[in-house]
Amino acid sequence: MENSFRLRRSLLYVPGNMPSMLQNIPIFASDAVMIDLEDAVPYSEKDAARTLVHSFLSTYQDRNKEIFVRINSLKTDWWQQDLQAILPALPDGVRLPEADSPEFVEHLDTVLTEFEEELGIEIGHFKILPSIETAEGVINCIKTARSSNRLIGLAFGAEDYTASLEIERTKTGEELFAARTRVVWACKSAGIQAIDTIFSDVSDMEALRHETALIKTLGFSGKSLVNPRQIEVVHEVFAPKQEEIDYALQVIEAIQKAREMGTGVISLNGKMVDAPVVKRAVKILKTAQAHGLIDMHLDEEVIYGHK
Amino acid sequence: MEIVRKAQAGTMQSSDLMVFLEPAPQLRVEIDSTVKKQFEHLIRRQVETVLERFSITNGFIRVSDRGALDYAIAARLETGLFRACADQGELS
Repeated sequence: MENSFRLRRSLLYVPGNMPSMLQNIPIFASDAVMIDLEDAVPYSEKDAARTLVHSFLSTYQDRNKEIFVRINSLKTDWWQQDLQAILPALPDGVRLPEADSPEFVEHLDTVLTEFEEELGIEIGHFKILPSIETAEGVINCIKTARSSNRLIGLAFGAEDYTASLEIERTKTGEELFAARTRVVWACKSAGIQAIDTIFSDVSDMEALRHETALIKTLGFSGKSLVNPRQIEVVHEVFAPKQEEIDYALQVIEAIQKAREMGTGVISLNGKMVDAPVVKRAVKILKTAQAHGLIDMHLDEEVIYGHK
Repeated sequence: MEIVRKAQAGTMQSSDLMVFLEPAPQLRVEIDSTVKKQFEHLIRRQVETVLERFSITNGFIRVSDRGALDYAIAARLETGLFRACADQGELS
């Protein structure tokens, strides 16, 4: 599993058959883009989109963000042609729709290895981000999260998920709570990132802000987006607040003092500070670092003390 | 490859183009563009490069451009050729 700490707060969908969007990829401020060959491309244009995406990626050499391509589901006849067209242009990975069970990911993993051998690139170069977007997918996601070393996370997809449950998706999202929580469990236990679903009402920024705050609380580290206008709100919500950073710094200072005194627990402003609190503080500081908000060196000793 | 049937590719969105292809005894390329005055020669050059790559020696190719960049011109023409040609095999 991927251990490095990489910010993936915003993963923006870009329709694969639309040059005006594709060629703006370099200037979008999202952490990643997901070029879509699936739902955004009509059946009759699958061939055109593949060729266009390959052509674009071949000219986009100085990449300034992660590039995923959402291929068509392994249940269709198109996904192999998708891979054949786009992998030679070296995207960072593949977003896999309808990953209803670990077998889909395992199958894709094998095929990606074959392509890597053929292209003469490092085995494991192509990452996988499976979509958990059906009732079956949610039930199996605990295993799916451990199905390949290529996984960077699991991406929950609420539109298809609510369709599979034959229910409406609401703006407040009560109907998604159990599924979201299960996806987060699966990801955290496997050491990968949990990516939340899209929010489709591009005009309602307040509801987007509210939903992003909610999913951050639940444990998601990022969100799929449908419009570049949504990027800023999501980044704002995920940025650690100054008071969180200040408190985290106090926690680190306190635990260092505690260790000097030969203990692993100390009181800070009347609250207990011990290992789990330190871990959370370190996570906040690492996130702050990745946002460029602080500049400090965090070593293992700070987190865990001397052996 | 040889153009054996009518085909088209692309869209009318901005930054895109439409390519119309049909069989013809000679090779003829007609270009219409929202930026024709400034860029017709560059669009034509890009079209000819792709046609050479696929060894197309005859056919009527009409381009209706809405300010597409080179990568899009190449991609749409390739798609059009694949749709219009008998040989549906691998890209060379």
